Amino acid sequence: MQQDIEHISGIFGVEPDIASLLLRYMNWNKERLIEKYMDNAHAVSTAAGIVPPEKSPEPSCSQIGPRRSSRLGISKPSKSKASERSPPAGEPFVCPICFDDTQQETLALACGHLFCRACWGAYVSSKVRTEAESWITCMAEGCALVAPDSFVRTALGDDAQTWARFQELVVRHFVSCMPNLKYCPYPSCSYTVSCPAAASKSALATIVPTVRCGASGAHVFCFGCAIETDHRPVICAVAKMWLQKCRDDSETANWIKSNTKECSKCQSTIEKNGGCNHMTCKKCKYEFCWVCMGPWSEHGTAWYSCNRYDEKASVDARDAQSKSRASLERYLHYYNRWANHEQSARLSAELYAKTEQKMEEMQLASALSWIEVQFMRKAVDESVRCRGTLKWTYSMAYYLEKGNEKELFEDNQRDLERAVEELSELIESPIDPEVIMSLRQKVTDKTVYVQKRNEIMLEDTARGFLEGRWTWNVDVEGFEKD
Amino acid sequence: MAVSTRRLQKELVEIQKQGTPVGITLLSADDFQTWLFTVQVLGDTIYSGELFALKFRFDGQYPIQPPAVQFVVDEKYQAPVHPHVYSNGHICASILGNEWSPVLSVIAVCVTIQSMLASCKKKERPPDNERYVKHAPENPKKTQFVYHDDTV
Ligand SMILES: [Zn+2]
Ligand SMILES: [Zn+2]
Ligand SMILES: [Zn+2]
Ligand SMILES: [Zn+2]
Ligand SMILES: [Zn+2]
Ligand SMILES: [Zn+2]
Repeated sequence: MQQDIEHISGIFGVEPDIASLLLRYMNWNKERLIEKYMDNAHAVSTAAGIVPPEKSPEPSCSQIGPRRSSRLGISKPSKSKASERSPPAGEPFVCPICFDDTQQETLALACGHLFCRACWGAYVSSKVRTEAESWITCMAEGCALVAPDSFVRTALGDDAQTWARFQELVVRHFVSCMPNLKYCPYPSCSYTVSCPAAASKSALATIVPTVRCGASGAHVFCFGCAIETDHRPVICAVAKMWLQKCRDDSETANWIKSNTKECSKCQSTIEKNGGCNHMTCKKCKYEFCWVCMGPWSEHGTAWYSCNRYDEKASVDARDAQSKSRASLERYLHYYNRWANHEQSARLSAELYAKTEQKMEEMQLASALSWIEVQFMRKAVDESVRCRGTLKWTYSMAYYLEKGNEKELFEDNQRDLERAVEELSELIESPIDPEVIMSLRQKVTDKTVYVQKRNEIMLEDTARGFLEGRWTWNVDVEGFEKD
Repeated sequence: MAVSTRRLQKELVEIQKQGTPVGITLLSADDFQTWLFTVQVLGDTIYSGELFALKFRFDGQYPIQPPAVQFVVDEKYQAPVHPHVYSNGHICASILGNEWSPVLSVIAVCVTIQSMLASCKKKERPPDNERYVKHAPENPKKTQFVYHDDTV
């Protein structure tokens, strides 16, 4: 960053402060800046908030050699300009913001809009601290001039903390503009990661650039998009689309799903308000079961628990539900599974604590050493990792076009899901001193198996992207149909 | 004295001395936290005959940060039907957000909103009105508006 500033400062013959503003304005694209600046230095400087726009266009004859003078103007905001707007000598200055006439120390950018230093300080500090803004424009209404670093520093006076925060914001802006650099998104981590493979947008249709930051092995995130976790195996565009859909739909959809259904006779919407599954439609008096939507008459006395979900009459009744509900149901099928794994991941801290306790119990109940009970922790590690994978496979499956490929994908998904559930059950089973050794064997074996299933899921999906095997039921960025 | 208090005092004195622009009247300014104004849109506009009330709320950050401004919605007043005004009275205007300048005053805000209404050709709510109103925070300053087309 500093190199770029010095480089630009050198070729344009401007102060480093100005070079920094120019680069920030151009999103740190040095080549483009040089090109634009060589073409019309004044226009770029105006747009970058360095010099005020000219009030009235100068007569065309004076345009012949203005470049030189405008350049001078950039490197040294003229002092005389600022004084133009100062009050006549003798009258005390009254700041138009605070109206405090005891504030006699004033500051202005090159535009000459004069305010007291206390107001500038409060303004700059508020921009930096509350708005996390490093592009600080003049306080005057509609004035687009931007405060260069030295001005910010002067305005902040001895507030070293805010000054440091400002500098950090400038660096963050720089990093965000570099396609092959990214900040680690984990809270309070300030490492940057570079990933040249993800620098091109087209690569994102075939790879999921998952990276790990140098600070901690647990800081795994996607380089290609703003999702702050490992979203393998699904590519960024699909993951993004899914998250957006969840944000848009889940609230209303879940409410409708859990609170209303349509009468399978007359299609009027019915809200469930009590605990009983025996529903009577207010409109047509049809009696049916809330769980399976089948006719109540076939339920006999098993009113407390419906096990008829798959019976013909029930299936038919559900088929009769409206088309829109069908698509909602489809979405919820994937959403609920997604949410289930998401929730498990959120509870993983608890699971780790519980497991820790179990490992201690195990040591007491057997001759195993601390090292020897580590298999439990490994099992939890693996199950958490796999739930992460599973979660994202549901977002992918939702968008996958029906067919052989999707079936194979869902086969892998099912195998992994089943294995993970079995492993979870083992992890949570009570400790019986008699069988600790065999439990240990079972857990270890299952962990290895789950790990293998997870690898297969990830690798096969990744290979599918490279081979162009996946087709979607919606338009996906990078998969434009031709 | 706090900067915000001095500044509001000054603005109040100015209002009392010079009066308010046509169509705008000061309803109450009993303290330096909440001020109320009524706004009428003059001339031949789609809001002729309607009277609205604007509520300003200030914190110690004023005027460095903008005040919280919204239309009053109660038994007496309604929010104008306008593409940038939500039915709960919240206003989506860039001058109350990222285009705020500390030199702008309460009266300047009133005038800007008055002219925003005056230039409107069609009574319409923002397209996301329902969703916004359902989830909106009580204080409009807590909303990160994506400013709609400011030329409307
Ligand atoms: Zn001041
Ligand atoms: Zn200015
Ligand atoms: Zn990190
Ligand atoms: Zn991604
Ligand atoms: Zn019915
Ligand atoms: Zn049933």
